[in-house]
Amino acid sequence: MSKKSNQAIAFWTFRILGLIVVAILFWILGFIIWHGAGSINWEFLTSEPTDGMTGGGIFPAIVGTFCLIVGSMIVAFPLGVMSAIYTTEYAGNGKIVRFIRIMTNNLGSIPSIIFGLFGMALFVNSLGFGDSIIAGSFTLGLLVLPLVIRTTEEALKAVPDSYRTGSLALGATKLQTIWRVVLPTAFPNITTGLILSIGRVSGETAPILFTAAAYFLPKLPSSIYDQVMALPYHLYVIATSGTDLEATRPMAYGTALVLIFIVLVMNLSASALRRYIGKKTKTN
Amino acid sequence: MKRLRCIVEKLTEGLLTVSGAITTIVILLIVVFLFREGAGLFKSPTVEKGYVLCVDAGNPVTHLGPKQIKEIFDYEIENWAEVGGKDQPIVVFRFEEIFSRYSDEEFGADYELLPEKLGEVIVSTPGIVAFLPEEYMPEGMPGVKVLRGDHISPADFFGGREWMPTATPAPQFGVLPLILGTLWVSFFAILIALPLGLGVAIYLSELASERMRKILKPTIELLAGIPSVVYGFFGLVVLVPLIQKVFHLPVGETALAGSVVLAIMALPTIITVAEDAMRNTPRAMREASLALGASQWQTIYKVIIPYAGSGISAAVVLGIGRAIGETMAVLMVTGNAAVMPRSLFEPVRTIPATIAAELGEAPAGGAHYEALFMLGCILFIITMIISVTAEAISKRQPNRGL
Repeated sequence: MSKKSNQAIAFWTFRILGLIVVAILFWILGFIIWHGAGSINWEFLTSEPTDGMTGGGIFPAIVGTFCLIVGSMIVAFPLGVMSAIYTTEYAGNGKIVRFIRIMTNNLGSIPSIIFGLFGMALFVNSLGFGDSIIAGSFTLGLLVLPLVIRTTEEALKAVPDSYRTGSLALGATKLQTIWRVVLPTAFPNITTGLILSIGRVSGETAPILFTAAAYFLPKLPSSIYDQVMALPYHLYVIATSGTDLEATRPMAYGTALVLIFIVLVMNLSASALRRYIGKKTKTN
Repeated sequence: MKRLRCIVEKLTEGLLTVSGAITTIVILLIVVFLFREGAGLFKSPTVEKGYVLCVDAGNPVTHLGPKQIKEIFDYEIENWAEVGGKDQPIVVFRFEEIFSRYSDEEFGADYELLPEKLGEVIVSTPGIVAFLPEEYMPEGMPGVKVLRGDHISPADFFGGREWMPTATPAPQFGVLPLILGTLWVSFFAILIALPLGLGVAIYLSELASERMRKILKPTIELLAGIPSVVYGFFGLVVLVPLIQKVFHLPVGETALAGSVVLAIMALPTIITVAEDAMRNTPRAMREASLALGASQWQTIYKVIIPYAGSGISAAVVLGIGRAIGETMAVLMVTGNAAVMPRSLFEPVRTIPATIAAELGEAPAGGAHYEALFMLGCILFIITMIISVTAEAISKRQPNRGL
């Protein structure tokens, strides 16, 4: 066989592989949208589950996921941003930074179920929070910490050095420079990271299995020490354990659709924001 | 005023330094808590909590492992000679049997004579092994020996081939089926994902037009963003019935279903890392190859792939890491039977799935709870090894052969 036809075969194979990956995504998304769209209505979004999860809606799970998102961001965002400020602005480029970066990568590669175990041992049992929003928020917060740090670091690095030197030359201290010049400039990019983290947190199940999530709670949480229902856990529960799996399927499709919707909206708006910032800085 | 500002400045710097170390602190905390909760396992008795095993004093056996106890009570071991004792048949005695040997009055009003009667049975039955609640244990009676001081050993844990954490009289904590199940599912996942992912990476970095890249890259990012529980649900309602139908299986929840779902989930990692590595190939190398008359395809597989070799290996390692730690999707589609994996068409169970499925029912502080934390330690060590390996591999990258 000639050089040319070899190449043609190989290239067509790669094109087809690329198409397969796109097809897989559209298959999954399409399948869930197709089956889930029928379940979505106002009642589904605003009422609680009834009839052994075969009827009603998922309102408590939406509220619960919202609480966990807010809680985990309160934990992860300040910590992550501060950590990133230290590594980019203070630590220079030595061994310490390399070590911190390796540790951040390692933390990012720890499976989420380990965070679940850890959260249960530390927050639920040792600190006595019990299964609660606060325990779940801490666990999820630590889980997304590497993501927050990484995105914030990138945002800070994207700030041109001339901004810093300019500010310092005008007599501002280092802290003033960071607070008044670097952070405001990096802010939109940091927001992108925040949005991505929210997307990540809202879909995680394993870390909240033993730290926050409840199988079924008819009432909404009234304090941070309450258990909550959460969308991903709710999907897991109604997909696998029910008395009548066929009857709960529509609920499961609907929940999956809402979950995917949240995650996709977060991811898409993050990349839209990134593109918007990119354009804006170009025109400047 | 200036002093104050100076102090604030120093304080903030200190605070920032501490938060710079936050990820290190979290990792340390995770290590401490996992091992603290898990370490108790090797101090827990082999027999179910609150129970003891008694034999007659003439029996030379002083030690029984969890596996031996289980086999004795399953009547698979029937002679003491098989566990290091005399040549004597084993008589299995469970606590309930005492009530068929004596009438209720004989135990006294408050069952205060129960231990004594148990003692009588033990003394009068040579070769007996009795499984009794601790509170009725006939301790100190002549002729009765309590088998005590046996703990679950690391050998039982790491070498055991059975995982039955709630079995009585002796729970079985053998992690081999779980470790092998994890590796089994992950191995086939990578086997599926690698050619696909590598192909897409080559396409993206070498062939795709700018427009195709703009479609494909976000698509892959979206794939990475879909929550694992949604993958699990998709696998459960689409892949599992499909596999069952295509291969004519009794159940569709198999290792294969797990591998396919994991392969899809590992794809974004593999594609992104491998593509980055290939794009980093210096332009000079490509052009030199093309100038020597090589076709684009020859350039790809003779120059670019070897150059990006370590990056591609790192992609594979990271993909494996992703697959090994994945919990929810695997839990939902693999059927969760804790048996040694033999084929792709049978249910298996992985370490993360076991933790997720059982921790809720394991009472805190019990042997089962500790065993699950030990599993967490194993998983933690595996993923740390993987991430350090990936780090080391990708560091080998630059300028080889230039």
